Amino acid sequence: MALIAFKRIIKNGFLNFKRSGLVSWAAVLVVTVTLCVITIIILLQAVLHFSLNQIKDKVDVAIYFTTSAPEDKILTLKSSLERLPEVATVSYTSADEALKNFRDRHSSDYPTIQALDEIGTNPLGAYLNVKAKEVSQYESIANFLKSDDALVIGSASIIDKVNYYQNKSVIDKLNAIISGAQKLGFLVTLLFVILSIIITLNTIRLTIFISKEEIGVMRLVGASKMHVRGPFMIEGAIYGMVATFITVILFWPAMAWFGAKMTDFLGINMYDYYISNFFQIFTILLLSGVGLGIISSFLAVRKYLNK
Amino acid sequence: MIYFNNVSKIYKDATALDDVTFAVETGEFVSVVGHSGAGKTTLTKMILAEEMPSLGTIFFESVNVNEIKNKDLTKLRRRIGVVFQDYRLLANKTAYENIAFAMEAVGKTEEEIRSDVPHVLELVDLSNRIYHFPDQMSGGEQQRLAIARAIINQPELIIADEPTGNLDPVNTHEIVQILKKINDLGTTVILTTHNRGVIESIGKRVITMEKGKIIRDSKHGK
Repeated sequence: MALIAFKRIIKNGFLNFKRSGLVSWAAVLVVTVTLCVITIIILLQAVLHFSLNQIKDKVDVAIYFTTSAPEDKILTLKSSLERLPEVATVSYTSADEALKNFRDRHSSDYPTIQALDEIGTNPLGAYLNVKAKEVSQYESIANFLKSDDALVIGSASIIDKVNYYQNKSVIDKLNAIISGAQKLGFLVTLLFVILSIIITLNTIRLTIFISKEEIGVMRLVGASKMHVRGPFMIEGAIYGMVATFITVILFWPAMAWFGAKMTDFLGINMYDYYISNFFQIFTILLLSGVGLGIISSFLAVRKYLNK
Repeated sequence: MIYFNNVSKIYKDATALDDVTFAVETGEFVSVVGHSGAGKTTLTKMILAEEMPSLGTIFFESVNVNEIKNKDLTKLRRRIGVVFQDYRLLANKTAYENIAFAMEAVGKTEEEIRSDVPHVLELVDLSNRIYHFPDQMSGGEQQRLAIARAIINQPELIIADEPTGNLDPVNTHEIVQILKKINDLGTTVILTTHNRGVIESIGKRVITMEKGKIIRDSKHGK
């Protein structure tokens, strides 16, 4: 019995969609616009996320050791740093490698190389490059270095300098920009999503307003609330499904163009991103579209049902 | 079957029904006549619980219509078939689907729908209009379809609110004949009209209303 009723509701929903003609397509158009806004937000978030990650990746802290610092002490420090939960990676560059890198970098700078040759010994110390998981965590890593007793031989520290203190203001500023950008992104997203939902809700309300007389007639011939409401909700779900397909199809060539023309500018290939996350994007759109359609129809019909 | 006890309906600035008392027996054909604004439509709306009385009580059999709950409203309406002056058909459904909808509403099976709908369409002479939409049909045809929809679930009562109001004399005659036939088969009919000719051709009980009051209740169509 319930199955028959459910089948009828689905069938009537499809029939209504087909027969409402232009009105149905107007509703689909509005839901499509909403889903396009959601897609653009998803893609913008991806660009923002990618850019922020790239910036974050450029930040690191280098710990320069004195030339006399014994290697085993440095390696002990390296492994204790790696154990810190805030630390993502630590890379070690020995004094010899540091010298080699320096020579390579200045291979065309003859006076510098000559000066280096004249010294005879290696004036450069080894160093560790530390990358934190989050930009905000560099400070606690720096504090750890300050407090670690292992870094002291006799009365002198083996650490020559930590460039965190020179970069501190830049890192702090960057940190503020990143968290600001994330907050702003979230607020803008929220605003657009709310606006789109309101617009969709009102459009579907208008399409159901046209059927207000019919809803009354259905109730008068003894149809239960679900029997009246069901087909409208199915119709709403169909708006969402059709709009989802239109949206993903529209974005396909748009993303291909972006991928071809804007990859250098954005630093991320949007077409690759779109294709590799296609299933997730499609699911988000389908759930949003169908959910919006069903909920809007449910609310809109409710107004005329209690008669 | 239907009992109105001292029923009044008062809107902010007007009284639609003024202390109305009457009863309708099962199997009766009652015509309610009066000018526009006499309270005929308000009266029918109250039987359907579309409007609630300001004063007094209305019973449909043992159901107190004033105090009906939402879930019982559907049950009440399934016992009543309604025909309106403006037909009130579902515009985006065919003749067949309009009737099938009323059957689906009461939970009839597909087999019952497939066998009953053509029958009832034949009864109101619309066999050749099965797949037409209401806007492809004439006024008389639409009203006959509305009657078919009203009787398909074999209701105990048919309420016809000015069913001939928009029709020419030929179609009016046809509709009246169909309603008489339905009544002969045992269904109670309440018909409202302002057309004296209709009442005379029926020749059954007539309740005359004026300004919300019943001014005459005659057993044999005057």
